[in-house]
Amino acid sequence: MKVTFPHMGHMYICLKAMLRYLDIDIVVPPKSSKRTLTIGTQHSPEFACLPLKLNLGNFIEAHEKGADTILMAGGVGPCRFGYYAQIQREILKDLGYEMNMVVLEPPERHISELLVRIKKVTGNKPWTDVVKAIRFAWYKARAVDELEQRAHKLRPREKEPGRVDELFKQALEWIDEAEDREQLNENLKRMRREFARIPADYTRKPVRIGLVGEIYVMLEPFANLEIERHLGRMGVEVERSIYLSEWINDHLFMGLLKVKGSKEARNSAPPYINHFVGGHGQETIGSTVRFAREKYDGVIQVQPFTCMPEIVAESILPTVSRDFGIPTFCLIVDEHSGDAGVLTRLEAFVDLLARKKDKTGEVKGEVECVDI
Amino acid sequence: MPVKIGIPRALLYYNYFPLWNGFFKALGIEVKVSSRTTKAVLDKGVKQAVDDACLPVKLFFGHVIDLRDSGVDFLFIPRMVSVERKAYICPKFLGLPDMVRHNIPDLPQIIDVTVNMSRNEKNLFKALAGAGKQLGKSGFAIRKAFKRGIEEQERFHRLNRLGFLPHESIEQMENGLLDQNFPPNLSREMTIALVGHGYNIYDQYISMNLIEKLRQMGVNVVTPDNLVDDLIEERSGELPKRMFWTLGKRMIGSAFHFMRSDHIDGIIHVASFGCGPDSFTGEIIERHLRRKRRVPLLNLTIDEHTGEAGVITRLEAFVDMIQWRRAAQ
Repeated sequence: MKVTFPHMGHMYICLKAMLRYLDIDIVVPPKSSKRTLTIGTQHSPEFACLPLKLNLGNFIEAHEKGADTILMAGGVGPCRFGYYAQIQREILKDLGYEMNMVVLEPPERHISELLVRIKKVTGNKPWTDVVKAIRFAWYKARAVDELEQRAHKLRPREKEPGRVDELFKQALEWIDEAEDREQLNENLKRMRREFARIPADYTRKPVRIGLVGEIYVMLEPFANLEIERHLGRMGVEVERSIYLSEWINDHLFMGLLKVKGSKEARNSAPPYINHFVGGHGQETIGSTVRFAREKYDGVIQVQPFTCMPEIVAESILPTVSRDFGIPTFCLIVDEHSGDAGVLTRLEAFVDLLARKKDKTGEVKGEVECVDI
Repeated sequence: MPVKIGIPRALLYYNYFPLWNGFFKALGIEVKVSSRTTKAVLDKGVKQAVDDACLPVKLFFGHVIDLRDSGVDFLFIPRMVSVERKAYICPKFLGLPDMVRHNIPDLPQIIDVTVNMSRNEKNLFKALAGAGKQLGKSGFAIRKAFKRGIEEQERFHRLNRLGFLPHESIEQMENGLLDQNFPPNLSREMTIALVGHGYNIYDQYISMNLIEKLRQMGVNVVTPDNLVDDLIEERSGELPKRMFWTLGKRMIGSAFHFMRSDHIDGIIHVASFGCGPDSFTGEIIERHLRRKRRVPLLNLTIDEHTGEAGVITRLEAFVDMIQWRRAAQ
């Protein structure tokens, strides 16, 4: 059995850690690329959302490298994500790929249901090992989150553009390489040290933008055209409404762990959206309200084309924007997105925010890294 | 003067109008349905809605504006979360009252009770009772009116099972036809199953009069609404995982039934551009049909730009093809 899984940003680091810990043979699909997208789009329904197409591409590319079992998450709707595995199974079947799918449906009543499904992959490994593996993966998720947050903070302030990106790549490898808790902590320390060594102007008060929207395109740099990196290089401090570990906790652990989750965001959504609308539609509105209250300069919503919950949020976003006086911008991505057009639009939006901030006299220090 | 409540002739109008109508009428409230879809109605909706919303939602906006301009006291826009256990309608229905409220100015009061039967089927009564209370009616009157609404709805279902299409059933009921037990004229030489959302296929403007066009070509039209729920539930149960969209499940279940039926010569799947559930149900239907290679399938996607001529050509080609196929057998 060779297990593979779909990509979602840096989640592969956690899954790899978990499965390796249990001595399971794995094939990490090649990073999502133009080729992945082309293959995926070719075989997917035309109006399916982007994540389905990319994930299908991941599976086919993993199959080429010898994978025969797919491990992925499920759901109970109304967002389409819950039915991904079913559609992909039909497509793979017609393509003639013999692949076994293990779908981790969110447990309906008790977390033990999830454990039963995990057992399908882990076989006869003792539970203590499985729990340890999941815990280890969890720590890696937290580590990735910390890395991303540090990069968001430092990118608009670095004095030599590119240093943060370099370290980011390096540090991802460090986290990925760590084989146990100790090594992970060691590597995290090293990462923090390296971050501290990057020359930066900490007095600068950059434009601050909150990123909200659909979880997959927010977490997957290939899908969102590396919006975080681009914004950072334009001298913008980015904060995201949801991080990997929060998603894992909300989606797979049923919110068992007491960490900051999406609940807070959902509670800020009324009176704009009074009801759960599937996916992260309510969180998008709630997080926008939160960012506005925390005096962010603007909010960018990212969503895949035809995403149902995000369309609901998108149509209500202008009211939030008006009520709180916070500019919002909606970026919709699909297989036709090209980065030149998107960059122009982002630059225009950032310029607008900077000018608005300038008038209130809050911008201090020059933007030193606008060239990309 | 009785209070006037407006019901948009869009979305779930084609599924639940008799229930709502019967309920409000029994409460002594005047029910005003928006006018039939025209280009003007659709254009008004398209203007107010966000670009990425699907055609039916844009059309719904148009009908809401139509009602607003005709001066109703209340608008009935229930939040239809779920109409059966553990299944939803579509995320856009979940946020519909919010979308309407934040995109159309100067609206009368909206009655947006939440219908969520996913855990408890009695919730339907609770929701309608909430609506009755907002209109200042007593508990007793509400209970009586609810019974009346359910009766109307059952009559509506009976007419549909006989072979009437929902928009025809509603019309028949308006004309006072209560307990008919003979089916409509279904004596044409060919039968095609139209699989799609009710609000796409029964709206004459949006579907470009698809049903009448087919009938003029000598084709009987049947839809998922003509089938009993148990059959649909059973057939859709062939999927390895239960589908969690009620309307999508109906489409899949009925398509699985139609593709085995000897009375069906072809299936037309009608989807609106950018419809999330349709992209999946359409894919499953297409793949299963192709594996069987028994019944031909035509996939029609409609949006606000669809040209009528193109649709006619494709329908004619499809019907011709079925005739050749028959001749060859």
